Order: sequence, then structure tokens, then C-alpha cells
Amino acid sequence: MKLRRVSPGIVATAAVMVAVGLGVPLVVDQFQLLQLTVFASMCILALSLGVVWGYGGILCFGQSAFFGLGAYTYAVTAVNLAESTLAILLSIVVPAVFAALLGYFMFYGRLSDVYLGVITLSVTLIFFNLMNSTAGDAYRIGTARLNGFNGMPSLPTFNVPGNPGRLLDPTETFYLVMALLLSVYVGLHALLASHFGRVVVAVRENETRCELLGYDVRLHKLLVFTLGGAIAGLAGSLFANWGAFVSPNVFSLSTTSQIIIWVIVGGLGTLVGPIIGCVLMQYLATELGTQQLANTSLMFGIIFLAFVLLVPRGIVPSLGVVRARLSAVRARPPA
Amino acid sequence: MLISVGLAIVFGMMRVINLAHGEFLMLGGYAAIVATNHGVNIWIAMLLVAPIVVGIIGVIAERLIIRVLYGRMIDTLLATWGLSLFFIGLVTTIFGNTVNGIGAPLGGIAVGRYSISLYRLVLVGIAAAILVAIYVVLRTTRLGLLARGTMENPNMAAALGVSPPRVYAATFGVGAALTGLAGGLLAPISGVLPTVGAAYVAKAFITVISGGTAIMAGTASAASLFGTVNQLLTYLTTPVIGEAGLLAAAILLLRVLPHGITGKLFRGSL
Amino acid sequence: MTEPILQTVGLSIRFGGVEAVRGVNLCLAERELRCLIGPNGAGKSTLFKLLTGQLQPTAGRILFHGEDITGDHTHAIARRGIGIKTQVPNLFDSLTVRDHLWLAARRTNSRPRADAITDEIIERVGLGAIAGGMVGRLSHGLRQWVELGTVLAGNPELILLDEPAAGMTHDEVARTAELVREINRTHALIVVEHDMQFVRMIARTVTVMHQGAVLVEDTMDQILKNSAVRDIYLGKHGGA
Repeated sequence: MKLRRVSPGIVATAAVMVAVGLGVPLVVDQFQLLQLTVFASMCILALSLGVVWGYGGILCFGQSAFFGLGAYTYAVTAVNLAESTLAILLSIVVPAVFAALLGYFMFYGRLSDVYLGVITLSVTLIFFNLMNSTAGDAYRIGTARLNGFNGMPSLPTFNVPGNPGRLLDPTETFYLVMALLLSVYVGLHALLASHFGRVVVAVRENETRCELLGYDVRLHKLLVFTLGGAIAGLAGSLFANWGAFVSPNVFSLSTTSQIIIWVIVGGLGTLVGPIIGCVLMQYLATELGTQQLANTSLMFGIIFLAFVLLVPRGIVPSLGVVRARLSAVRARPPA
Repeated sequence: MLISVGLAIVFGMMRVINLAHGEFLMLGGYAAIVATNHGVNIWIAMLLVAPIVVGIIGVIAERLIIRVLYGRMIDTLLATWGLSLFFIGLVTTIFGNTVNGIGAPLGGIAVGRYSISLYRLVLVGIAAAILVAIYVVLRTTRLGLLARGTMENPNMAAALGVSPPRVYAATFGVGAALTGLAGGLLAPISGVLPTVGAAYVAKAFITVISGGTAIMAGTASAASLFGTVNQLLTYLTTPVIGEAGLLAAAILLLRVLPHGITGKLFRGSL
Repeated sequence: MTEPILQTVGLSIRFGGVEAVRGVNLCLAERELRCLIGPNGAGKSTLFKLLTGQLQPTAGRILFHGEDITGDHTHAIARRGIGIKTQVPNLFDSLTVRDHLWLAARRTNSRPRADAITDEIIERVGLGAIAGGMVGRLSHGLRQWVELGTVLAGNPELILLDEPAAGMTHDEVARTAELVREINRTHALIVVEHDMQFVRMIARTVTVMHQGAVLVEDTMDQILKNSAVRDIYLGKHGGA
């Protein structure tokens, strides 16, 4: 993989996003627009793991912990303040701080990949149990009741900053989410092209060499992990806003395995891969859900296994390999 | 807690992180229940059918999936995760997503007046017996020596004429069977849900990882430490806080002792 | 006499029952070129790991420019100005040669300056033909040069080279020796090497290690005449 400044692929992807963002609201109905809004929110979540795992080389099985934390932070703050601007900001800050704390213990404790995976997974499962057990009046933050496994319904949705009475309509929300997706995508690419981003990739490749060159490996991992937490938190607030609802399911095993599947299917070490994987899998899940053909968990299990065993690099990098081989074949003079 | 110890030993022995392990537990539970519903004696169902069925499933999974990925720890982790989802989906499709109708054997073990407590007592006894048996097998028999030797240094074992793949498969199968047994034993207590596995896995993993590389001493000391933390917090607050406290303790411990408890204290023990 | 750039005092490390490095006192002057030889298992690479903070000594101290750096983190030691080419090259396999040099240079330099240094090192080490290629696909000899170039791009005051000529052809060895001598005009170096021909090409002062301790320290000529050295090392490997 080359560290390029701006590649045509990035420009093309960004252009597609802009086209979808501007064009789609003109041609689809309200229901489909809502569908696409949640797809786009999930793409942001996929990007967060795509950067943490694919570029940072940090095996995080608990990305849903930050996603869920963001969703709950939004819910609690929005209920208490009846205004969404601060809630959105907090839903980024709180998971980021939590990620920083967790990351400090993990990276400065020099835990290996596998330990990271298991710990992050355990963290998200414990959040799941914790939130499930908050039924009843005793569990409230301010005026917001957490409601255990029933979740928090009728959350205030996004409003124009500083004007709580002026709520965003579905089309405006879609524009907002697409704009955020685009900025996260472009922003991450800019970051990866920077000195910091290149060191992050180098850390993934060889930690020892980075240290021998004078780079603090722990710090770089911690920063990437925290950034991933912040982006996942943002996705969480978008998700909570989308359904005006949040339940402990945001922390569940199925949420966290979905995020992993998106990244595996799309491909590690790319940013467009997780987005493609996310859209494909979401579409599949929706189709399976409406047609009741097969259990989604069963299907996802099979897809998961198939990709790990047969296409371990994921769709996007594998396409790159195929293309390279084809051009090599073409370049070779006929025997 | 003893169940957690029993489970943990299995994880430690395999040295392959298997995220589908909770599902082996779940499958064991279902195997016991289905067998009981078909008129098999409940004790036979729990003690024989559950481990045998799950052991066979384990060997098949090892042959088809794990074998391809030995040495690629992360891929193994991911593959077993896929396997776990697959099992959950499969069982949900077959049995549905409820405890309803499968909690039937609950009444099946009315032993005297103190039915439940007596059963739990028996359970503790069985768990202890299994622990001792594993220890004895690993420590004293040829089979145990083969397994330990192969885990330690597969190439050397191969050079000595042992077939590592076969040992791996057998160990994995035994591990799965033990988990299935645990699942079968647990079925009457807690009932079985397709997603029941997840509840145990996190706890067991933390125990094993914190225990370090020594199988028995590590998991036992980690389990008793975490068991105490867990019980204490559960007693003082709620089970969930207890669990969160458990994790916090584990993470703190890993920060202080990255090689697990036994890495520092019991070097050289099994 | 000026202050030494590097000094170790009674440096030791014990792995279980084995003392891999035993009470090593080493003193290196500014811009000195020191060769470190000794049979396999003498503790040379372990000593390097102690110097770079990859291992922590069980006893003794390491002074760099008179300052105690014992127990510092690897990256902190690297920042002070110690660079190392490890025995088995530590490289970023899916990055290009150019990326390696740039990452090393960029830590202390602005972006345009780092670009310039990268070009300069590519020229100097002769990596032009492979500069855009992925490092994972290179031969061992080329990987050695890439790592050497990477260390140079970081411009550390003291450069440790662990078997820089391993896996190279005769011509490549000669080219590496020339490079080492050139680097030595501006930098202090410690070179661990088994290839005695290579050592003869570059050596002035030679330190011989045996079983974790310093056996003798002298000029190359004297070392070649030393019977103790002959017994433990040259007697077995000298002709190779």
C-alpha cells in the first residue's frame, strides 16, 4: 500500500457521496430516505472501526461500546436540556474520554492484540448488562429515566442550533448525516496523509521500528483509539436521533459483531471498504428482515466465516489484487 | 463460580481463543434438553449425551475451520466469532428465541425435599471431580503429556512421532465436550436461550487471560480472586455492578501484571 | 579528553539463571567506530537491546553524553539520538522504501526538509532503483540497506549496527564497509559483525565479548594476535 496524498479513488468516493446526498432526496420516498439516513449513520460507525482496526491495527471488538455510549449520552442530555446541540457534542466527548481511559490501561499496559479484542468485547457486553438492569425509577440521570431493557423512547430529535423549537425534518436530517459522513471520510483521509496518520500506519506495520525511530507507539495508538471512540459516539447520537429511541441493544453482541462484519467484508486498510461493507450488509439485513427467509444471525455467521476463510482481505483490497493481476497479464507479451 | 472455573480451565488448555465457546455451552444445554424430551434419562442426557454431541461438533468445527487457521490467532478469533453467530442463528431458527417449552426438565430432578439445593450440591461435586480428573489426566497420563508437549512445541512433538493435528483435534474435542457437559448441567438451573453463551463467555475469558499461561494454578487463583471481587460487589450492590467491578479489577490487574497472575507468582507450575 | 558519547557501568542482565550480559563497562568517544565481535550467544545483540531500552538491565547504568538513560523508554532513548539497525531488520513491510526514510526524517524535520533528506539518503545509500517499491518484497541484503538508510535519515548521533553485512554478496559487503566508513566521518558507531573480512575493512578498536562479558578490547592487529580470542572465536570461525 502506498501512502499517497490524494488518490482518484478518494475523489471518486467523495463525489459519489455528494451525488447521493444531493440527488437521493429528490427521487425516493420518506421511508426510503429514513432507511438511507440510518445507513449513512452506520457508515460513520463503520469508518470509526475501519480507522482503528484497518489503519491503527488495533483489534477492537467493542466499537459498539462507544457507539452505545454516544447514543445514551445523546439521549440523556437531550431529554434533560430539550436541546440537541450540546447533546451531540457530549455524545462525541463522553465516548472519547471513555476510550481514552480504557485505551490508557490497555496500551500502556502493553496488552497484545488478542487481549485487546477480548477486553473490548467484554466491556461492551458489560455495558449491555448494566443498561439492561437499569429498569425502575431509581435509575435516572436528571429527568431522564434509563428504563433498562425497554430503552428510552420519544427522545427529542435534532434542532437548529440555538433554536430548540425548530426541529430538522427528515430531508434536512439526511443532508446533515450525509454531510457528516462526507466530512468524516475526507477528514480521515486527510489525517492519514498527515505525519500523524503515516506514523499510525507505521505503528501497525512494526511497533519496534517505530519506537527505535523515536515515536511513542502507545501514544499514537491511544490517540487513534480515542478518535475512533469519538466518531463511534457521533454515529451513536445520529442513531439515537434517527429513531428518537435508544435501548441497550446498541451494546449487544449482535451490534458489535455487525460492525466487525462490515469492516471484514469491505476490507481492512481502506476507508471505502467499511462503507461498502456496511451498505451491503445493512441492505441484506433489511431484506432478510422483511422477507423472513432466514435468521439474520445465521446468515451473518455464514458470511463472517466465509470471508475469514476465503476472502480474508475483504472485497475492496481483493478487487485491487485482481485488478493488478489482470493488468499484469495484459502487460505480459503473448507467448 | 465453580462453573466458571471449570469453563476457564477448558479455555486455558486449548490456548486457542474460541469465541464460539459460549455457544458450545448453549448447544450442550439444548442437546440435554432434546434428549430428555425424547425420553432419555435426564442424568444420561446431561452427563453423556451433551458432552458427546458437543464434542463431535467441536471436532467437526476444528477440522473444517480452526485447523486452517492455527498460528493466525486473530483470524481464529474472528472465525470462531462467525461460528458463534452461525450457531446462535441455527438454534434460533430451529428452537425459536424463547426459553418457553424448553425449561421442561426443570422439574425432572426432584431429589428429596431439597430438590434444587441438592442438585446444586451434586453439581459442585461433579465440577470438583472434573477438575481433579483433568488435573490428573494432564499431569500423569501419556495422553496428558502428549497434549501438553504438543501445545508447548508442536514441531518437536512432530519430530518425536506425534501427530500435532490429531492432538489438536482431540484437545479441541475434549474442550468442547467439557463445555457441552457444563451446558448440560446448567440447563436445569437456568434454562437455555440461543444467546445464553454470551453471558458466560466474557467472564470466563477474563478469568483465563488474567490467570496467565499456567492452566490450573492461574485460572484457579484468578477465578478465586475475581470470584471474591464479584461476590463481594454483588452482595454489596447488584449483580451487574459486580460484573462491571470484575472487569475493572481484571483490567487493573492486567495493567500491573501483563503476564497474568501466575506469570509473576507461580512460575513453572502447571 | 572529551566526555564520552556513551558509557556503560557494570551493565548486566539476567534471564532466569543465565546472566546474558555480565558487568559490561564500555566507553565510546565521539565519532568513534567500534567493532564488537564474539561467538554466538556472547551477548552482543542483548547488549544492543539494553542500550536501546528494548530490555531493562538487572544491574548497572547506561550514560549517554554523561546523562543517565537507564530505564528510559525505547522511544525516549531514540529521541536522544541513538539509532539502531537490528539483527533481523525491523521494517514496515507494506510501506515503500521512500516511506521508511521519510518517517524517520520527518520526526525532527519539517515536511519539505524531510522530503529533501529522503532524496538525499536514497542517493547516498543507492536505493534509487527500489525507492518506490514495497519493502516486504525485497531480499535480505536490500532490506539491510533500507534499514541502514532509515536509521541514517533519523540522523542519530550514535548508530548501532547489528550484523549489517549479513546476507550480502562480496560486492555488497565492500559497499557496506565503504558506507560505514563514510558515516563514521560524522557519527559514532558500534558495529556487531561475524564476517571478519568486513570487520578488517572497517575496524580500528575492537571489543571482544565472550559469555556475556568483555574479554578484551584492543586494536584489530592486537586482537588478531591475541591467543585467548583465537581460542574462543577466531580459532573456530577465523578462516570463514
